[in-house]
Amino acid sequence: MTKTTIEAPIPGTFYRAPSPQEPVFKNEGDAVAIGDTVGLIEVMKSFTPVVAEAAGTLVAFHVENEEPVMAGQPLYDLEG
Amino acid sequence: MALAKIFVANRGEIAVRIVRAAKELGIATVQAVSAADETMLAARLADEVAKVGPPHASKSYLNADALIAAALETGCDAVHPGYGFLSENADFAAKVEAAGLVFIGPKPETIRKMGDKAMARREAGLAGVPTVPGSEGIVKDVAEAAAAADAVGYPVMIKAAAGGGGRGIRIAENAGDLAALIPQASAEAKAAFGDGGLYLERFVRRARHVEVQILGDGERAIHLFERECSLQRRRQKVWEEAPAACLTPEQREALCSSAVKLAERVNYRGAGTLEYLFDETTGEFFFIEMNTRIQVEHPVTEMVTGVDLLRWMIRIAGGEPLGLSQDDISLTGHAVEARINAEDPAADFRPHPGTVTALEVPGGMGVRFDTMLYPGYQVPPFYDSLLGKLIAHAESREAAIARLARALGELKVEGLPTTAPLHLALAAAAAVKSGNFHTGWLEEWLKSRPLAEGQPGTESEVR
Repeated sequence: MTKTTIEAPIPGTFYRAPSPQEPVFKNEGDAVAIGDTVGLIEVMKSFTPVVAEAAGTLVAFHVENEEPVMAGQPLYDLEG
Repeated sequence: MALAKIFVANRGEIAVRIVRAAKELGIATVQAVSAADETMLAARLADEVAKVGPPHASKSYLNADALIAAALETGCDAVHPGYGFLSENADFAAKVEAAGLVFIGPKPETIRKMGDKAMARREAGLAGVPTVPGSEGIVKDVAEAAAAADAVGYPVMIKAAAGGGGRGIRIAENAGDLAALIPQASAEAKAAFGDGGLYLERFVRRARHVEVQILGDGERAIHLFERECSLQRRRQKVWEEAPAACLTPEQREALCSSAVKLAERVNYRGAGTLEYLFDETTGEFFFIEMNTRIQVEHPVTEMVTGVDLLRWMIRIAGGEPLGLSQDDISLTGHAVEARINAEDPAADFRPHPGTVTALEVPGGMGVRFDTMLYPGYQVPPFYDSLLGKLIAHAESREAAIARLARALGELKVEGLPTTAPLHLALAAAAAVKSGNFHTGWLEEWLKSRPLAEGQPGTESEVR
């Protein structure tokens, strides 16, 4: 089991769910497949999905919902 | 009661504009800043800065309680809301007043009344201002629809009463179309929304967006002529002008005086804008909605009338009567404004925050650049992409467009892409030069890829 830290690809505001009324894309402990959406980053009112480029188990988020994130900042940890 | 200290509850280029106007009136300013905005230009220019919360707007510039607390703590006597954020929030305006502060804008009840589209439409009707003709509520069957369509005038839009956001809209060119489309549209609306109710509205095929600037002191109102903002992308204005070249002097007079009637009917206080659809083929105009705040494109009006709208907003809020009569307002020349956004026109206008590594600002006669930029500024990713507005004023529309193109050529923003190349291409486009466009024109034109690599106006120098 190796742990990889995935970094935010772009700066903005991080969202864990498609909208406040909907469930989060991924919880800690969920399996992640390549192509899965893990969250959204809002850049200047435009929303970009954070898409997994590696598979594994999502063990931790480093950024809370609706919190600012900078490009290259650790976003989540994947174990696989 | 003249104001002594204004709290600026906004950010970006409009905050700079407000601070400048206040300074010219001898009024102190306190600039609200989120944690992401401590280095912004308005914070550098204001007398004081007040931290109001984290970067996310819901926790800072949309946080009414935090803003009001900061205004009180810093000893302000008034709050300027700018545009966007809480500027058209009647509850915020009421809270500001309840805290003993002056809200620089209309009364909360005016914001509430004119912010409700149905109520605003009703007020317009009562003031004798035309609205888009439509059926009186739901049409029950084809016969009723046909009678309503005859009264409204073809072409008509068939809209689902339960629909929204443009869903379920059909266009009937004539009575034959209508008879065929009504049963179909009703069945579809029933399936999609669980309600087959339909209503009709006149369809304006090549609509132009015109809007009238007004100033009022709660008793008397005047207009400052109109702007045209038909060049839009995704319903966002991209390029604005004053006056609207598509109007005859008679149409201009009818349009602008209708706006004054509506503004006086609601005892409007401050600066406001009434938006209309203009049907060039029939010469008719229809009121759509009112914006009860200062607008992004206000500078084109300031250039052609010589009236400082921000200063008047502040003076009226301080209790001064509107010291201008309609006869004081006249049009001089033509002005065009290009919105400079942090977006990459070569990559489908993808927003692009970043650091301004170098900046060269255009100048010369008739050029104005209202911006939040300075060399070294880090444009944060948390807010909208507007960096500034480049405005050119000259004796004629043709000369103003030439001046804008000249100024765009001088503008150099390094470190991030901007929409300047789009504006250079627009200034050179035949339809723009001749003024032959409508609200759907820009998106159609963009499909022909006028900004593809190798075309003029996409030089990397403006990156």
